[in-house]
Amino acid sequence: MATTLTINGETKSFDAPPDMPLLWVLRDILGMTGTKFGCGIAQCGACTVHVDGRAVRSCVLPIGTVANRAITTIEHVGSTPSGAKVQKAWLEAEVIQCGYCQSGQIMSAAALLAATPNPDDADIDAAMAGNICRCGTYVRIREAIKLAASGRQS
Amino acid sequence: MNAQNSVSRRTLLTGGLATGVLLAFHLPLRAAPNEPVQKDTTDGKFAPNAFIRIDRNGRTVLMMPQVEMGQGTYTSISAVIAEELDADWSKVEVQHAPPNDKLYANPTFGLQVTGNSNSIRAWWTPLRKAGATARAMLIQAAASQWGVEPASCTASRGEIAHAASGRKLGYGELALAAQSQTPPKDVAVKDPKDFVLIGQPLKRLDTPDKVNGKALYGIDAILPDMKIAAIANCPVFGGKVGKVDDSAAMKIAGVRKVVVLDDAVAVIGDHMWAAKKGLEALEIEWNEGPNAKITTQDIWDDLRKVSAKDGAVAKSTGDIAKALATGDKFEAAYELPFLAHASMEPINATVRVTKDSCEIWTGTQIMTRVQSEAAKAAGVSVDKVIVNQHLLGGGFGRKLEPDMVVAAVKVAKQVDYPVKVIWTREEDIQHDVYRPVYRDQITASLVDGKVAAWKYKVAGSAILARWLPPAFQKGIDIDAIDAAVDAPYDFANFHVEYVRAEPLSVPTGFWRGVGPNNNVFAVECAMDELARKAGKDPIEFRRAMLTKNPRMLAVLNQVAEKSGWGEKLPPRVGRGVCVQPSFASFIATVVEAEIDDIGEIVLRRVTSVVDTGIAVNPDTVKAQIEGGLIFGLTAALYGEITIDKGRVQQSNFHDYRMMRINETPKIEVTVVKSGEAPGGIGEAGVNAGPPALRNAILAASGVALRRLPIDRKLLAAGKKA
Repeated sequence: MATTLTINGETKSFDAPPDMPLLWVLRDILGMTGTKFGCGIAQCGACTVHVDGRAVRSCVLPIGTVANRAITTIEHVGSTPSGAKVQKAWLEAEVIQCGYCQSGQIMSAAALLAATPNPDDADIDAAMAGNICRCGTYVRIREAIKLAASGRQS
Repeated sequence: MNAQNSVSRRTLLTGGLATGVLLAFHLPLRAAPNEPVQKDTTDGKFAPNAFIRIDRNGRTVLMMPQVEMGQGTYTSISAVIAEELDADWSKVEVQHAPPNDKLYANPTFGLQVTGNSNSIRAWWTPLRKAGATARAMLIQAAASQWGVEPASCTASRGEIAHAASGRKLGYGELALAAQSQTPPKDVAVKDPKDFVLIGQPLKRLDTPDKVNGKALYGIDAILPDMKIAAIANCPVFGGKVGKVDDSAAMKIAGVRKVVVLDDAVAVIGDHMWAAKKGLEALEIEWNEGPNAKITTQDIWDDLRKVSAKDGAVAKSTGDIAKALATGDKFEAAYELPFLAHASMEPINATVRVTKDSCEIWTGTQIMTRVQSEAAKAAGVSVDKVIVNQHLLGGGFGRKLEPDMVVAAVKVAKQVDYPVKVIWTREEDIQHDVYRPVYRDQITASLVDGKVAAWKYKVAGSAILARWLPPAFQKGIDIDAIDAAVDAPYDFANFHVEYVRAEPLSVPTGFWRGVGPNNNVFAVECAMDELARKAGKDPIEFRRAMLTKNPRMLAVLNQVAEKSGWGEKLPPRVGRGVCVQPSFASFIATVVEAEIDDIGEIVLRRVTSVVDTGIAVNPDTVKAQIEGGLIFGLTAALYGEITIDKGRVQQSNFHDYRMMRINETPKIEVTVVKSGEAPGGIGEAGVNAGPPALRNAILAASGVALRRLPIDRKLLAAGKKA
């Protein structure tokens, strides 16, 4: 079925069933592999993207529900103010190890900062608890979010 | 595309950032067809050995014999080479080495393997010499051009200088001349006091492309005409495929083909969604085989029975029988469950098989074994197998196995296009090679408040007997007893035995922390129980037996101070300690934890002090300990794979739980300055968490847990030891 979505400000048309999750459209049809497959059941957050600025799990998001919505992925989040701040803080705090979950972590953090510019620990827990990091970078994720919020980045 | 091209086209883009040098991976797989190919500057390139390539522009490419799976080794290995080469760090780029045991075998294993936290330990001397040799050749080239003595020239940041005449030449300008120099026979390496890169918290080379989705893992491979396959392995270990009815599956839009293997079925589709739906629509009858009734209880009954036998003696000093007959006697058995790896990147491999070749795109810890096993499965010679290495989205030992590549080759053999075989998380959890179950028995006696006799019997799977058979000698798996024979304490009468006990039907493999996983847990749990029996503070008790181990004692003393050991705590809050000398690093850790009324655990604080010798990158050391602690604490809190009807019962992160950010305590890691040879760091933190937490629970509640994961029912308010 022909579908049109707005992804990273561009219109993308492709043929896919309406129940197909956005994750697989991004990865296997559009070749945008920055968004990751981790669990397929919205338990790990590796597939997080923004829909109208809110963090959602693309592995369980049927494309039939997001026509006319603005979808943003990790490839483009750096062009948003909060996304750019988060990416910079992530490198400054040297958060990343294997990096596989970090697309999703950054998307969740960017959505948090866009909605809550100065999050406290409880805000961070609430926004980030859906993102699993098997390398265990949580301490630095917390630090990087605070760094990004503070504007103290070098 | 062949491996050499794909490697040489994989370039790093340099650019400045205020926080440091930004180097980015740029991999070619989906480059636009008209993108200019980076010229392979064989002509004029200085290639003194398998690790260093300097072209006429001074571009310095370092080949990575170890793989990057998050542990930071690409940056640390580069720093070691670049240090002795006196390279300009801002011009350093890295490339994955192709499979080649002759050039890139890990010096410890004789195979191109990344594991056992030994990348820096194994390569420290060879890579320093490789860098220093190249530097000497560049100096010779410059000296000969200037007609001066080599000894009058110096190297720094990618340039050779002759101070007396003020002349300078860059490495790029010297590349051609350096290539024809005779390498010096026995080159001197730097005095550590002259290090400029080693010991600095250099920014990682691999992370800039990990914040913007550009970094490519094996699962991100995209090839022209490629299709995607989802796979179902026989749910019962050792079972086979019986009958498959694919009529419903083939009707699903996007499903292209159903491939039936001996023990698995794959559905190939235009995308993963079609493949996955196709797989769900299959009707598969499995021949479940002889293991179809096995349960966790059967496995434990068997292990307990086998572990009662005498084992092969791995080490014995003093007179253990006599010493055990005196003093205050202690006996305990510690039991650890099966664990899955659950790397965030699910298992995958992309393969294209032709009549006489096989090409693979994946992220693996065992490049050459993948190549040779793929050759067997594809029916081609090893030299016809190309392996394109990728970044690994976590390894943790799972990618020390070639099974996923072999299965993908078997699928790809059935079609004339490349196939990416992706395991769903459910397949990943249910068809792992599991951290074995262990039963560790410790018998000891106390005399005058000290351990006078220590008898430790390890019972569990001999992973090495399968994985590296020549390493399994005299009935002893040297991995399973690694940190049992290498105990940090001074015990006059000391005895370690090993009983090989393969769990019924369940395949076992290396899991981050490897053998010391079980040893550190058993030793440190027993030490706390012995301290209580002796009526002593756990740290005080340990100190008395560490007098001959100054590095261990020093980190223990520091962690006591930094963790506020001995300071008063509220009710049902406790501190627990763990010391361990694993992987040639010395680590002391204190966990502070609270137990609520229903027995749930709240981690309050973790403090670690680590002496890893020379810390090549102290920030990486810190990060590895932080992450390792969380990996280990996750296992202690939640980790258990159970078996029923021959099948793994867990399937995804809802029932194989991971620690999350809201459960993560404050973690403070201190890296001690040291001039000793570097130790391993990628796994040590994993082993520190569980015993330190368990000992904190003992301090808080008086309950001495002897199994993992932690059983909350034993810890509810009012329960007594």
